[in-house]
Amino acid sequence: MNSQVKWEVVIGVETHTQLSTASKIFSGASTAFGAAPNCQASAIDIALPGVLPVLNKGAVERAIRFGLAVGGTINRRSVFARKNYFYPDLPKGYQISQYEIPVVQGGSIAIVSPTRGAIKVALTRAHLEEDAGKSLHEGLDSHGAPGRGMTGIDLNRAGTPLLEIVSEPDLRSAEEAVAYAKTLHSLVRWIGICDGNMQEGSFRCDANVSVRPAGDAKLGTRCEIKNLNSFRFMHQAIEFEIRRQIESIEDGGNVVQETRLYDPDKNETRPMRSKEDAQDYRYFPDPDLPPLVIDEALIKRIRAEMPELPEPMAHRFVTDYGVPLGDAAQLTVSRETARYFESTVKAPVGVHLSGKTAANWILGEISARLNRDGIEIEQAPVRPNEFARLLARFQDNTISGGIAKEVLDAMWTGQNGGDADAIIAAKGLQQISDAGTIEKIVDDVLAANPAIAAEFQAGKEKAFNSLVGKAMAATKGKANPAQVNAILKRKLAG
Amino acid sequence: MITSSVAELSRALHARRLSSVELTGALLDRIDAANPTLNAFLTVDREGALVHARAADARIAAGTASRLTGIPLAHKDVIMTEGLRTTCGSRMLEKFIAPYSAFVAERLAHAGMVLVGKTNMDEFAMGSSNENSYFGPVRNPWNTTCVAGGSSGGSAAAVAARLVPAATGTDTGGSIRQPAALSGICGLKPTYGVCSRYGLIAFASSLDTPGAFGQTAEDCALLLNAMAGHDSRDSTSVDRPAEDYTRLLGANAGAKPLAGVRIGLPREYFGAGTEPGIVQAIEAAIAAFRSLGATTVELSLPNVDYSLPVYYVISPAEASSNLARFDGVRYGHRAAKYDDLMDMYKKTRAEGFGAEVKRRILVGTYVLSHGYYDAYYLKAQQVRRLIADDFQRAYQSCDVIVGPTTPTTAFCVGDKIDDPVQMYLNDIFTIASNLTGTPAISIPCGFDGKGLPIGLQIQGNAFAEARILNVAHRYQQTTDWHRRIPAGFAP
Repeated sequence: MNSQVKWEVVIGVETHTQLSTASKIFSGASTAFGAAPNCQASAIDIALPGVLPVLNKGAVERAIRFGLAVGGTINRRSVFARKNYFYPDLPKGYQISQYEIPVVQGGSIAIVSPTRGAIKVALTRAHLEEDAGKSLHEGLDSHGAPGRGMTGIDLNRAGTPLLEIVSEPDLRSAEEAVAYAKTLHSLVRWIGICDGNMQEGSFRCDANVSVRPAGDAKLGTRCEIKNLNSFRFMHQAIEFEIRRQIESIEDGGNVVQETRLYDPDKNETRPMRSKEDAQDYRYFPDPDLPPLVIDEALIKRIRAEMPELPEPMAHRFVTDYGVPLGDAAQLTVSRETARYFESTVKAPVGVHLSGKTAANWILGEISARLNRDGIEIEQAPVRPNEFARLLARFQDNTISGGIAKEVLDAMWTGQNGGDADAIIAAKGLQQISDAGTIEKIVDDVLAANPAIAAEFQAGKEKAFNSLVGKAMAATKGKANPAQVNAILKRKLAG
Repeated sequence: MITSSVAELSRALHARRLSSVELTGALLDRIDAANPTLNAFLTVDREGALVHARAADARIAAGTASRLTGIPLAHKDVIMTEGLRTTCGSRMLEKFIAPYSAFVAERLAHAGMVLVGKTNMDEFAMGSSNENSYFGPVRNPWNTTCVAGGSSGGSAAAVAARLVPAATGTDTGGSIRQPAALSGICGLKPTYGVCSRYGLIAFASSLDTPGAFGQTAEDCALLLNAMAGHDSRDSTSVDRPAEDYTRLLGANAGAKPLAGVRIGLPREYFGAGTEPGIVQAIEAAIAAFRSLGATTVELSLPNVDYSLPVYYVISPAEASSNLARFDGVRYGHRAAKYDDLMDMYKKTRAEGFGAEVKRRILVGTYVLSHGYYDAYYLKAQQVRRLIADDFQRAYQSCDVIVGPTTPTTAFCVGDKIDDPVQMYLNDIFTIASNLTGTPAISIPCGFDGKGLPIGLQIQGNAFAEARILNVAHRYQQTTDWHRRIPAGFAP
């Protein structure tokens, strides 16, 4: 094939979202992570003879919440089916999942594509199902017996409720796929249906990747990549897979439809099973579970309990607080961040705080300190009310931005009770805004640095900043930078 | 006395004319004597039974007893009983000790019934002769060269031989009613959902129904009173107010106690293929119903003839999935030697399951497989609905439907075992109530020329247990077929 062909990448993502119920989807066993193997597996989870599944209503409510959040259709009647296959960590020999009729159909997720801007990714469906257990092939204590070739089975995870969210093949690059996954990840945490813990497997993505000559209407043969348990791996795996498929076609070969596993150590995808040996799962409606019937009243109740969603909230931040859309989108990446922002701007500090400034400071200074300390915003030692008082002092020119950062550091470590005013007073950090004082300082700086002043007058713009810096340094940063700027400009012009 | 019905024994226990310990001990001795011949019991729990009998006597003395307290009972070995071996008639579970008890076992224990043991059955409840048990066939007390019917053959034979006054069974296509008919006792299959399936080792989930064996319709009603009830652990369990299933037994005292009751006689139940002796006995029973005041209505169930093929698609399909858990990984039989995982599965299941179970797993796997699902499973479900519609139409013109329980009386051990279709045909009249989820009882209504018992089936609409028990009870008030005890097992 002509290597001049431009390739279009087509990606759809399937996400297994672990629902944050306390107990499993069909049994009363706990879903907490990290227990000793098989300590959280009930008679139902280990599929003793005679046991029966009973649907956890909490899982259904979370699925409905998701359906409402993405604007999908909540099917008033959906059906649980059995997906039959043998595997040691699948105790019943079948997985209970929704097949023909899922609980949620349609809906969409709004994402910001690095190349296409704001786009909507359509969802095919979201269905409820149970997770399987885990097979442990390594490090197995065989209690004295030869352990070679032994496999251990841990059924703690068996029966954990999952919502499998399937996107349409609407994504056109690894970056878009990651943007989708990140947006979905923040949404499921936002609406409180999943803890989003990717290390513990609470949010697992599979990507269906194919390529086709740009402009072709027909989709290329796809491969499904499994085991994408971080956004970084997802990006790398898709990038690798795109290259592999294009190279394969350009070398005169073709893409075989198969399931591939991503190996982060080697940064490559490898075939897991091909479609030829695809299993026949013999789906049929589970006779142990009547169809899931959802009544209007339940939907109404859940709708009433729904928090404001990130997308409309971001738009509200733009209108209500004058925050730029990009910042608003970042502030609404989690409910906690959004709440921190809104609590800050609404704090009773006597002045009307600028939303734009607050957003800047939260996404910049606060965020940097959280990252440095490895904590979440809800654990930030500076609470929104305290932070608002700092911003107020900045806004009323009591302190400059640079000093404000210094005060923030002091607040962060709890000095003077974390109170901005007390710290400013104790350290004598009040901004110098007296025009006469500043004029004198500027005069001194100009007198001491005639060469730099000359450089500026010769057209070197950067020299101006150097003079400002020297004036600020002379006041230990306390001079009002705007006034320093204005006075210096006037003097140099004169 | 010890061979009396539950109702009679209950009166004796409450009048302190008999103690549960005496009764239980005497019946345990009868079991020991008869079981080598009948093979009705797989497990006898003498010690446990006597402990429970003593507790029952204490309850009776304390005045906190129910009508069932102190009455010995046997459970079909498909019912999980905590601490007791529960085999399901299979090598797969030959040594399996149940770690919990089924809902129905809990309820009957709570009522004070004394569990004496677990009864033999066709492996995984698949069969009509009990010859599919890994532990060998059950013999019919009326003629020990004959089968007792299946799959609940052990429970039926135990009650027929008066080894226990009552026993549980499960009915998926006739597994209570057919052995009841062949063994000359009463067997009640309630409405699907009335008794929880929790703790029943599943064969075909949409059809499996726990029920009761007794000498009389009244005894079946007493047992059902204790067994029925909503169970939140079974999503198909119905949540309705408790009812007293004995409430209509004595309704309309007088010469015409069945006046106003309309008995439906479906043409399809009276065709060729039923043994003449059975036809005669059923006609005599119908005459008896008329003389008790009932009217009869001839009707047709045009799709009922499809019951058997529909059943033999749906039940193996569900079974193929239900039995997947017996894989040797967590419990039950595991092959001693194997090369790898696949080899372990293959050998474990090849060794653990018998021929009939394997046949049904194969059929069930086939009808669910890609490309065949629509033609078999889906079609069968559609026809199942048509059959249910037939019955709903029928119940607009009648209250109960009456006919033979089986087309033949008990056959000889070995006669049909190599011809699955002939074996399956023995359930031709019983399967429809499983497909429709409706209740039915089989009661004794005579004997054929060979001295083998004949069963009469009375079917009713969903939740019409009290009505069919009423009709059965009134018949038993004027007949004594149910009082006959097989020679050789008379006390």
